[in-house]
Amino acid sequence: MDKVNDLYNMTPPGIDWMIIMPVLVACVTGLVAFLWMSLQKERDTTPMVLTTLVGMAVSAYTAFAQINFSNASTFANMAMRDSMSSILQFSLAVICFIVVLFSDAYLKQKQIAFREFYPLTVWATAGAMIMVSTQNLLMMFIGLEVLSISLYVMAGMSRYEQKSEESAMKYFLLGAFASAFFLYGIAFIYGATGSTNLDQIAVAYATGNREMLGLLVFGTILMLIGLSFKAAFVPFHQWTPDVYQGAPTNVTAFMAAASKVAAIGALFRVLIAAAPLQSYWMPAMFWIAILTMTIPNLLALVQKDVKRVLGFSSIANAGYVLVAILAAVKSGSNNYATVCIYLVGYSLMTLGSFAVISLTAKQGKEGTSFEDLNGLWKRSPLAAGTLVIFLASLIGIPPTGGFFGKLLIFQDAVGAHLTPLAIVLAVNSVISVYYYLRIALAAMVVDDEGEKTVSAPMTPGLQSACIICATGVIAMLFLISPLQSVLHR
Amino acid sequence: MASVPFSWYLALGLFMFTTGAVGVIVRRNPVVVFMCIELMLNAVNLTFLTFSRYSPTPLVASRLASDQWMGGQMAVIFVMAVAAAEVAVGLGIIMAIYRLRNDVDVDELSELRG
Repeated sequence: MDKVNDLYNMTPPGIDWMIIMPVLVACVTGLVAFLWMSLQKERDTTPMVLTTLVGMAVSAYTAFAQINFSNASTFANMAMRDSMSSILQFSLAVICFIVVLFSDAYLKQKQIAFREFYPLTVWATAGAMIMVSTQNLLMMFIGLEVLSISLYVMAGMSRYEQKSEESAMKYFLLGAFASAFFLYGIAFIYGATGSTNLDQIAVAYATGNREMLGLLVFGTILMLIGLSFKAAFVPFHQWTPDVYQGAPTNVTAFMAAASKVAAIGALFRVLIAAAPLQSYWMPAMFWIAILTMTIPNLLALVQKDVKRVLGFSSIANAGYVLVAILAAVKSGSNNYATVCIYLVGYSLMTLGSFAVISLTAKQGKEGTSFEDLNGLWKRSPLAAGTLVIFLASLIGIPPTGGFFGKLLIFQDAVGAHLTPLAIVLAVNSVISVYYYLRIALAAMVVDDEGEKTVSAPMTPGLQSACIICATGVIAMLFLISPLQSVLHR
Repeated sequence: MASVPFSWYLALGLFMFTTGAVGVIVRRNPVVVFMCIELMLNAVNLTFLTFSRYSPTPLVASRLASDQWMGGQMAVIFVMAVAAAEVAVGLGIIMAIYRLRNDVDVDELSELRG
């Protein structure tokens, strides 16, 4: 009876709105853009682009302002803030900002009349932000679905193009399949712990209820399968190249950057929480990391489509980050810094490459084979020049962000006695040189029929997207030590 | 209620989930594949409800029993809402493909190959 009385006398907990501010700003921005689209008669997209750009800038600022704040949670532990969530939220908002910057020109050239794209990207970003800033599995699932459902629609937004619809269908069926695995895993974790909160896994393991250990392990494995689909780890990667090739280039850029950051951020939290169970999952994840680094790099060597190659490259990069995650969990340091730094650098270089490739769309047509990039250097030196920077960073040539990211991962892996993974990483970086250089060469070749290859003119949006990404990739050099000091606290 | 053992519900859930997963892999028609995914989600719901009803682990002290194990029932509501949203988008995509080519067999979708 006392307990019931306590319940009635309980004061409602205070809500720390600052923690969910980045998500809130993103949601409201999406609503404003959506309303604007509905009220506006003419097909002008400028107001919507400006709304989303301003909204995402504000959202990025609110996330950035909280980087040095202390860890906290609100809404009954549904939303939380730590340095990793703030940095990843910040980078997600920046990703959305850059995608919107170059999308307007691309959508006009490709003649995709789909203004819903702007609210949808913003909402997808909000979903991704929710995923990286919660310890509650149910919230993580909601964030995942907000992100995924928006992406299914965006992947199929080029409605008269068969490959866009095909990619939407493949993405949708496999995404929903993966969600079911993730959810089934949550159900078993819930059964074993009585809660959907991640920190309860360690508690349930420590209290040592042996009958429940089976449920706990089974649930964790199912969740890892679901998240591996989303993060596209081998052998759950088959959908990735198809979807990346078929979806409109700006959507592919968003998928490769934002959905990777969100899935890997969520996976990192799950693995940290499941660290006591690592004798069960560590061997499997070790092999998944080796396969994820090696197989896509070998497959990418024989591809003919640039978007497909970058799709394989994104799988391989997810493998590199997985090494950092495994090293952080195995050494017990739970070191966010390497993972966050690599994810930020990876997002910038991938977004930049896709922004340049979106130039091949002109007057409703788009060719993304290697030949379609020919002569890019002559027509747009800025685009070709920044493309070389992004590819150099993807290869890992100093002094770009990609090089320092890989170096940190290598150090962490060796430090955590995962030297085989570090060696596989180094070997794969060498293999990947071949196909990245092929893209760079294709852009530099000036063929005689340069007039035949289509290429859209550079717009201010595209130019600034390329410049922001290129500056970011190079400025990573100066950002690494401040980021590390923030994240090590 | 207690006449049916707790593990039977879990076994039924596992059976439904496996049927759905196998169906997704072997069936060709996207609508059927999608129904199999729905079956998997319903298996998840059943599992959540079973755990919620039978409360297998000892509860953390200082919390009301009903308070803690309500979580599973709430989860079911969330899953149903999300599944409904997925149906809306999924059927929309299937319709869009059907309009383009009057055929929805997933094996025929082979424009994207590497």
